[in-house]
Amino acid sequence: MDKILVGLKRVVDYNVRVRVRSDGSGVETDGVKMSINPFDEIALEEALRIRDRGEASEVIVVSIGSSDAQQQLRTGLAMGADRAILVESAESVDSLTVARVFLSLIERETADLVLLGKQAIDGDNSQTGQMLAALWGRPQATFASKLDIDGSTATVTREIDSGLEIVEVDLPAVVTVDLRMNEPRYVKLPDIMKAKKKPLDTLALDELNIERAAAIREVRFEPPSEREKGVIVDDVASLVTALKDKGLL
Amino acid sequence: MSKVLIVAEHADGKANPSTAKCVACAAGIPEAEIHVVVLSDNSDAVANEIATLSSVSKVIRVDRPENENQLAAVLAPQVAALAKGYTHVFGPSTTFGRDLMPRIAALLGVNQISDIMEVLGSHSFKRPVYAGNAIATVEAPSDLIVVATVRAASYHAVPSDAGAPVESVDTAADIPVHSRFIELQAGSSDRPDLQTAAIVVSGGRALGSAENFDLIYRLADTLGAGVGASRAAVDAGYVPNELQVGQTGKIIAPELYIAIGISGAIQHLTGIKDAGTIVAINKDGEAPIFEVADIGLVGDLFAIVPELQEAVS
Repeated sequence: MDKILVGLKRVVDYNVRVRVRSDGSGVETDGVKMSINPFDEIALEEALRIRDRGEASEVIVVSIGSSDAQQQLRTGLAMGADRAILVESAESVDSLTVARVFLSLIERETADLVLLGKQAIDGDNSQTGQMLAALWGRPQATFASKLDIDGSTATVTREIDSGLEIVEVDLPAVVTVDLRMNEPRYVKLPDIMKAKKKPLDTLALDELNIERAAAIREVRFEPPSEREKGVIVDDVASLVTALKDKGLL
Repeated sequence: MSKVLIVAEHADGKANPSTAKCVACAAGIPEAEIHVVVLSDNSDAVANEIATLSSVSKVIRVDRPENENQLAAVLAPQVAALAKGYTHVFGPSTTFGRDLMPRIAALLGVNQISDIMEVLGSHSFKRPVYAGNAIATVEAPSDLIVVATVRAASYHAVPSDAGAPVESVDTAADIPVHSRFIELQAGSSDRPDLQTAAIVVSGGRALGSAENFDLIYRLADTLGAGVGASRAAVDAGYVPNELQVGQTGKIIAPELYIAIGISGAIQHLTGIKDAGTIVAINKDGEAPIFEVADIGLVGDLFAIVPELQEAVS
């Protein structure tokens, strides 16, 4: 296999307690820590392991978004990716257009495998990989926890509601990864220094001549409704009484 | 008027309960005519079961041997071919629907809405983002077909008190052969299904081992409850992945949820927000699970759980 493309989305860090802005226009991002979407980091780790086993020659990390996403791409390069491509867009880009961007990059790079996170933890959509596979006319293996490459096919274990599903897909294919696929490596300081010299190409989204899809418009944000404050009971007997009072036992 | 096509999820000749919840969601669209499509290698029993669902005016059967294993790449072109003439195509936001619906949307050239939790109008919906820490009101383009997944935990299944006609159709769709099902590894269990059980007992990392997780199973069996787990308990190998509750596991809405030895990470709380009553048992009184619990008991689970089991048996 030649090239693996990996998507890295810049998102609000996993540990940040997200708050809705008081005017309902979005969530607070000023001064908030931003990171690589954790599922995407796992996708990159898997791509690096495949390359380091000699089953692929190059790992290219791709981000679509503002110029700030260079930080996440540099982190990806420090983890071990060979080069990076930023497709720059000032405003947010909808899933279908993102899938079209990936397809255009696949055609430029002739990639054999695209590894993406199963969802981004900001919009929680879980769409891009499936949409890309559809547009590309290629297999999708979503929610993957294990990936084995065997020449022109891949065997993938998928975490689904009923258990673990094992599928075999022909390459090229799109695989979206779940949490238990691997544990991403920590970046060491010398790697960060080395990453500064690796190529990071920037393209404007408009340069790619992609038709922008009609977006689902997010018109308003609100905080979730809060549950009423509960009670603390002292012992099992009181717990059982409380549950009986509610008619639950 | 809106015309909604729902893609049924089913297995072993039975409809998944998420299908009746998708119908409930679609019924919230003003003046909606609701059809359900069952794609299967033999949809006889499932189609007849779904035909009894209230609000459904037609069940469409598509029987092909290739549909046996419900692969998204196989099903999507068939649904896309059937979608013409509909204003909406809905599926559940289970792993089945989340795998399939975006593929259908892309074939139809539209974006997709994930996890509808409330219908505000034919093209206006609410959905959770940021692990449920914000609720977004979204609007789909009014001149395009709406493809969406429905957050099952936000809806009650419609009753089975009707009798819609069942129609068999052929789709001319080309079926790809690049994806092959090998096997499903599923733990067999006589316990109630986690996603539909009225009571769910869940265990976390504090259980400490797969052996100790028996405490959870025993309490669940005494209560006739389903069993769940936190991500930490699954990662530690105490239980299989299909028991995970939360942002990356199952989103559930039981009447009673008992969280035992679960600290309550945001990603876990996302999965239980719609539970009727949440009980938390944890030795750390400061654990975030107590912020959402209706009833909390602070103490050692290894003493409390056997005592609780005895008290309710």
